[in-house]
Amino acid sequence: MRWTVLTSDAIIFFPAVFAFSMAFHHQRRFDESAWAFAVILLQPALILIDHGHFQYNCISLGLTLGAVASICLHRDYLASVLFCLALNHKQMSAYYAPAFFAYLFGKSIRKKNPIFEVMKLGVAVIGTFLLCWWPFLHSRTAEAVLLRLAPLQRGIFEDYVANFWCASSLVVKWKQIFPNTVLAYLALFATLVSFLPSVVQQIRSPSHRGFLLSLFNSSLSFYLFSYQVHEKSILLPLIPASLLILEDFSLYRGMILCAMFSMFPLLRRDGLVVPYIATFALHLLLLNVPFLEKSLSHVKERQHPSLKYMSDGLLFTGCLIDLLYLLIEPPPRYPFLFEALNSLLVFICLVLIGLHSHIQQWSATSTHEQIDADKVKMN
Amino acid sequence: MRGTKQQQQHELQRQQAQKPMNGLREVLWMASVATCIKMLLMPTYHSTDFEVHRHWLALTASLPLNQWYIDETSPWTLDYPPFFAWFEYVLSFFARIVDPVIVDLTRGLKYDAASAVYFQRGSVMCSDLLLFLGTWRFCRNFPLKLQILSYLAIFFSPGLLMVDHIHFQYNGFLLGVLLLSVSYLKEGNDLTGGIMFAILLCFKHLFAIAAPVYFVYLLRHYCHDLARFLKLGFSVMLVILTAFGPFLYYGQIAQVLRRLFPFGRGLCHAYWAPNFWALYNAVDKMLSYLLRMLGFDVVMEKAAMTGGLVGDSKAHAILPQITPGLSMFLVLLSMSPCLIKIWRKPRRDNLLICVVYAYTCGYIFGWHVHEKASLHFVIPLVLAAVDSVKVAKEYYFVSIVSYYSLFPLLFEPREYPVKMIFLVLHSTAMWYGFAINFAPQTQTSVKESELKERNGCMSLCIKKKMFIAGLVGLEIYVQLIHHLVFEERLPFLPLMLISVYCSIGLMYAWLKQLSFVIEL
Repeated sequence: MRWTVLTSDAIIFFPAVFAFSMAFHHQRRFDESAWAFAVILLQPALILIDHGHFQYNCISLGLTLGAVASICLHRDYLASVLFCLALNHKQMSAYYAPAFFAYLFGKSIRKKNPIFEVMKLGVAVIGTFLLCWWPFLHSRTAEAVLLRLAPLQRGIFEDYVANFWCASSLVVKWKQIFPNTVLAYLALFATLVSFLPSVVQQIRSPSHRGFLLSLFNSSLSFYLFSYQVHEKSILLPLIPASLLILEDFSLYRGMILCAMFSMFPLLRRDGLVVPYIATFALHLLLLNVPFLEKSLSHVKERQHPSLKYMSDGLLFTGCLIDLLYLLIEPPPRYPFLFEALNSLLVFICLVLIGLHSHIQQWSATSTHEQIDADKVKMN
Repeated sequence: MRGTKQQQQHELQRQQAQKPMNGLREVLWMASVATCIKMLLMPTYHSTDFEVHRHWLALTASLPLNQWYIDETSPWTLDYPPFFAWFEYVLSFFARIVDPVIVDLTRGLKYDAASAVYFQRGSVMCSDLLLFLGTWRFCRNFPLKLQILSYLAIFFSPGLLMVDHIHFQYNGFLLGVLLLSVSYLKEGNDLTGGIMFAILLCFKHLFAIAAPVYFVYLLRHYCHDLARFLKLGFSVMLVILTAFGPFLYYGQIAQVLRRLFPFGRGLCHAYWAPNFWALYNAVDKMLSYLLRMLGFDVVMEKAAMTGGLVGDSKAHAILPQITPGLSMFLVLLSMSPCLIKIWRKPRRDNLLICVVYAYTCGYIFGWHVHEKASLHFVIPLVLAAVDSVKVAKEYYFVSIVSYYSLFPLLFEPREYPVKMIFLVLHSTAMWYGFAINFAPQTQTSVKESELKERNGCMSLCIKKKMFIAGLVGLEIYVQLIHHLVFEERLPFLPLMLISVYCSIGLMYAWLKQLSFVIEL
């Protein structure tokens, strides 16, 4: 079974990362792009979840990455098709849907025949969906499938996730006040509101860098405000952050620390503590290679100091909490003390990172010129 | 323009090399990465050596000194010299804190709960600190690139990872002590080097094969007068007395020596280490089959080569029997050119090659050699290889062959991808590392196309390339084809083939090293 994950990882995820690297980093020096390539591939969170906990995230993430790479190569239809395939593999990929929509829509309305462009994209999307759902439409089991995809009865959150509902439930006991359906609508509303700014920005001025940031922002907003979020969903904001590593190192550093610490309770339950420590340490060592220091100095220098201090603080506090979690029994009155502390800490950091990334996206350089320049290149 | 740039680079490297803490950060970084990889190897297969060392923890923790070499609670009796027993004794304090059952003499038998595994594996990882220290101490005056290459080859050696961290042994820190000793000798600090070597012998007596080399070198290089000779002799005697003294006092020396030198075991281990005797055995077997088919009455022992626990048997049907004495004679004979060279030219720079050569001879002609002993000459060879292209080529060849010969140690399917990936990564990294280092002009970032041009100096001769290609073919046969063709018959054939094929490679390596020694 493990071989199937490894193989699908190798066949789908690795080539997608390579394609992205070629598309987005091709103007960088070899050292930098090779290092970024290594960092994206050696993602400890993905390795631990897919190969430790056992899941197949690499397929949908790989397809999404393929879509992102296609966008960077200006192949929009391919991108739509790939992303629809990703959506049909795991509905969690819908976390990225607003970003894709915003960018493609924003790009389409700037072209010569906007309605026609939108229709073409629509055909691609609907076509892919039809292809995937064909067997189920035939036997009328589509409704059952849809019901399975949206398990409302599980409640707004399970265990201790670093998202808004869980963190605020320390103060406001959501589950006790509202029934599930109302909470579902509340979550939907909150999520919509939170990803709206980044969607608007992309529609107004689409660009590649903005698109990546928008991917990050929309998936982060889904993670923070959506209904029934798993700890493993932290992978979804994490991947776009890793794609941006050469642009904004402090964003990625903060994000990887948040992701790893947020997953610790899950991994501890799975008995994966030693691999967690080993892969986490390896990744931090990869981020600080002594013999690449000169080559990467200007990437590291451009870190935002506030985010850097936050990450350092997070590293220290997170390690402390994890250590306590491993060594000490929690007091009987608060059996989930450490999990709660952990998720609260990560939530705060995620909010800070989210604010930072939204500011980044809005201050991205104007792109009318960029899109027009691209149009000129294509024609 | 080019000239001044080269000069500037050389000057920079020279300045860097003179800083005492040069390369420390790189060492720490690589050591940390290696430790993380070892952590990931914790749940892998461990052999009976794991139980051996656990039992020694229990033995030294539970029994008084005079019982250590006498106790027979477990078949895995103590067969290392006293310093190693003391090492286990110190470890047992920590083991007791982690889980008292580990050090229980009777309850702990065959105990391999998670606590024991983590503790033991952790102890190997910690003891590797000595390996890191020894390597760094030897390499700290090299230019940074050569340092990084050495650390890459040693800290991430597939052989050490496979033997120490999967199969389970403590070779890392012992090799570290050896490297420390050699590093002192390289600096001219002969007395300390000699004392360290004596200490090493009291940890694992197998390292004594290089003792003649040390003896001759120190005699010629250090002992200019009687006073120094006495100083050295006295220090070494002191070390040996510290180790064996208590047992001398208890009158157990005979028993200790019996344990340390179990010559009752056969000429070869169950899996024939790829040395001269493997070839000897193979020829003997072939001859006996041949003569049998031709109608002669040949007495053939079944599976007579197995070593391990039980003793003597008539091992060879046709060719003459080999005795331990004969084996030792051959070892000394093959070492003699090296000893003569050192006697004539006791120079510091020659020492490492001679020590490596001594261990190679010991491996090729020794009695009951384990394939793991190949680590003793492959690891130190790295440090000689970073200096010279021809040694580098030999190192590259010998490391691939000897690491491949270690594969049968890890026979479970779970470890197969791991050991294959280690070997492939090692070969690729070493190739590029040496190629970049021996390029005419090294720059900080070398483009791929330039690299291909400069690869010329690291290219192996056609014979070596074909041999390595043969290794790939052999592996395919052993893994896939043998089962298809023979199914369950001839189960020993794959191992025998691996052993014989690798021994050809290692015999070649030995002869090449002999040529280096003669050229010194």
